[in-house]
Amino acid sequence: MAKFKHFLVAAPYYLWIGLFVILPIGLIFIYSFHDLNGHFTLNNYLNFFKNSTYLLMAFNSLCFAIIITFISLIVAYPIAWIISKFQNSRDFLILLVIMPMWINLLLKTYAFIGIFSRNGTLNNLLANLGLGRHQFLFTDIAFILVAVYDQLPFMILPIYNSVIAINHSLINASYDLGASKTQTFWRIIVPLTLPGIKSGVQAIFIPSLSLFMITRLIGGNRVITLGTAIEEHFLSTMNWGMGSTIGVILIIAMILIMLLTKESK
Amino acid sequence: MSKFKNCFFLFFIFLILYLPIFYLIYYSFSSGNNIAKFENFSWQHYLNLFADRRLIGIVLNTILIALISATIATAIGTFGAIYLNDLTRPWVKNLILTLNNILIVSPDVIIGASFLILYSAIKLHLGFWSVLISHIAFSIPIVVLMVLPKLKELTRSYIDAAYDLGASSQQVLTRVILPFISSGIFSGFFMALTYSLDDFAVTFFVTGNGFSTLSVEIYAMARRGISLEINALTGIIFFIISIAMVFYYFGSQRDKKQKKVN
Amino acid sequence: MKKLGSALLGIIVLCSLLCIFNFNLNRNTSGAREKEKVLNLFNWGDYIDPSLIKKFERQTGYRVTIQTFDSNESMIEKIRQGGTTYDLTMPSEYMVEKMRKMNLLKPINHRKIRNLNQIDPLFLNQSFDPKNRYSLPYFWGTLGIIYNDKFIKPNSIKHWKDLWSSKYKNAILLIDSVRDVFAISLISQNQSINTTNLNILHQAEEKLVKLTPNIKAIVADEIKMYMEQEEGYLAVDWSGEAAEMISVNPHLHYFVPEEGSNLWIDSFVIPRTAKHFDAIYKFLNFMSEPENAAQNAKYVGYSTPNRGAKKILPQRVVQQRAFYPSDQTMNHLATYRDLGAKIVEEYNDLYLEFKMARQ
Repeated sequence: MAKFKHFLVAAPYYLWIGLFVILPIGLIFIYSFHDLNGHFTLNNYLNFFKNSTYLLMAFNSLCFAIIITFISLIVAYPIAWIISKFQNSRDFLILLVIMPMWINLLLKTYAFIGIFSRNGTLNNLLANLGLGRHQFLFTDIAFILVAVYDQLPFMILPIYNSVIAINHSLINASYDLGASKTQTFWRIIVPLTLPGIKSGVQAIFIPSLSLFMITRLIGGNRVITLGTAIEEHFLSTMNWGMGSTIGVILIIAMILIMLLTKESK
Repeated sequence: MSKFKNCFFLFFIFLILYLPIFYLIYYSFSSGNNIAKFENFSWQHYLNLFADRRLIGIVLNTILIALISATIATAIGTFGAIYLNDLTRPWVKNLILTLNNILIVSPDVIIGASFLILYSAIKLHLGFWSVLISHIAFSIPIVVLMVLPKLKELTRSYIDAAYDLGASSQQVLTRVILPFISSGIFSGFFMALTYSLDDFAVTFFVTGNGFSTLSVEIYAMARRGISLEINALTGIIFFIISIAMVFYYFGSQRDKKQKKVN
Repeated sequence: MKKLGSALLGIIVLCSLLCIFNFNLNRNTSGAREKEKVLNLFNWGDYIDPSLIKKFERQTGYRVTIQTFDSNESMIEKIRQGGTTYDLTMPSEYMVEKMRKMNLLKPINHRKIRNLNQIDPLFLNQSFDPKNRYSLPYFWGTLGIIYNDKFIKPNSIKHWKDLWSSKYKNAILLIDSVRDVFAISLISQNQSINTTNLNILHQAEEKLVKLTPNIKAIVADEIKMYMEQEEGYLAVDWSGEAAEMISVNPHLHYFVPEEGSNLWIDSFVIPRTAKHFDAIYKFLNFMSEPENAAQNAKYVGYSTPNRGAKKILPQRVVQQRAFYPSDQTMNHLATYRDLGAKIVEEYNDLYLEFKMARQ
């Protein structure tokens, strides 16, 4: 009886899965087999795997996504750890991490353009220090920095959640048994926070494969990711078939990542 | 590691996180017209902002969409998560979780485009409703992900005890389950709010007929270079959020003290 | 549970407050809000003088709503989708041709347009819309080169092929637009910008790849900002954008290489889904009044096809060869044609390949 009632209240959720997950993915899948005139074709897939442009693009995106995810992880872990130590105000500090996300990304990107530009804050600072002016905008480094900035909260949150769930007696036990700090960290703390790390990686890696806006605004279109290509196919070349094909490939990549990072029980 | 070092590190990180925002606000007080050079101090852009009814209307729309979509998504997502947690067969659970996560990790452009195809198929008029429905749709999975861990902490015996004491299933839901997972529900709500306020790509695809949210408007403005009115708007939003934060902080400190006293 | 309930109550109260506030705001702005007294414009961003809209609303009592788009392609997608009711939009010439072929447009009744004779015949009866059955020219412009005289001596750069010079390493800001980028390469090789010959296209792409060491970034509207703030000193962009940059930074100069370039014409068209025809014709007539067209041209910065407006505009504006080129240069300009899906796909693939190339 209790079960039945639960099903009824969960009905909207299932309706949502059907309408907004399965149906759209089905549509994308169907579109990926259509050419510009709406006829059935396999050419989109052949084009992707035969054409060196797309393979190179996939490879580039992969490299950038790995770098962005890795840097985010390295930066986010200590942040989450330290915040968790502030027993009294840690909820508040986490809120402070989330808050910048409420200001539109496009605006923050414009701020970064101002900061990185030739006559911008950073260059003025460097020039005053006697280090000369440098080109920051439209470089890979600027692109990676802004991407990490954008994604960081999505990494901090899940790690923080798993850090505060750690039972501290386990860490004390490890010290009591004579383990060093590094041993305790790698053998006890990391495995205990692994679920958080995994969901953080999940939340960042795929979106990093498909960043767009900032590839143009900060990367000056010198960095082309799969996301840029999708955006281009959907918004400017109107080749929805090819755009959907890249989308299907991304969805497959995503499912692979989720399988790889699945909780092993 | 001393406490001082930790504080310093956090301060540095927050400085970087807030640097672009402070940068935007700083220039909102410039009398110039662009973000390149600070001229003189002036309230001009704030005055312009308050005179711009269209922009204020858009801000209200944005907040309205965010609040309504986050609330509905939280309701649907919470009950979805409760049911999901009760599923016994692991493969069904995994399948649904995978489907749930697809929308979180899919590129916004794909979500937007596929929703647009969907709405074309059912001939939905583009505007407020199409945007609202889309925001609810992409906020649901994050709510589920925020609520699920709390449900896992809630052990079966707790619920069984309630039943043994004669509670109806409705009572179990409202008196035991919901209060226990309320912190998860709140964080789900906040994340949904964040997603909605932050979204550009999906809204861009599914909006039409004069309805616009802040992010779409900013993108359209980008053509002539962002006007400093938008910076002033950032300043005001930031100010309001900061005040809310201060209230939240003191409220939570008081709660904790009370708990200690009790 | 109490906490959840009160939170929900709070949100509902907040939402209704917002709704009421929003409703009042709308009522105040629209004045007498009769249902059919509206005109829905779908326009490029910042492409009409807002004070003209106010004037039109005052004169006729119609309420104008404006929604903006950022590319011809995203515009046509919204129109094709059908869930929108825009009354007027302003696509570029090749998109007019495409929309015409896709039956997305309603013909314009020429008898209802009072000032048709004000439009320069140079821009009428073009191949993208013979006899202007569906379109009415709004603005026109060219593709050209902008440079900053602090970094580049005037007259040291004259032709498209000069862009390939090793002097300009990592310097050029290129407009992110397939046809325009190919036009640069095609014109510098003396080819038509509407070529459908795949060999020539591939050669054009190879030549573009050789340009990559000189390219600083391939961006869109931001070029204006970057050039004004001297982040870059050499760019390829449209004339109207250039006009705005020059008004901010007088060190900038714009020219159209005399060997040829693209001439583009943005035109008013009536989408199939339009509803308010009375308002549409009132607005078209209003905008083609020389006085209003001149005011709009002053605000937007692009060149007007309206002869009457050209007479009203200050002489120094009209005599600027950069924005109203000599007849000789005009003869070398060409409009883009819609080349059909297959060739367009080829252009797009090659363009992506070019963007990926890093030398």
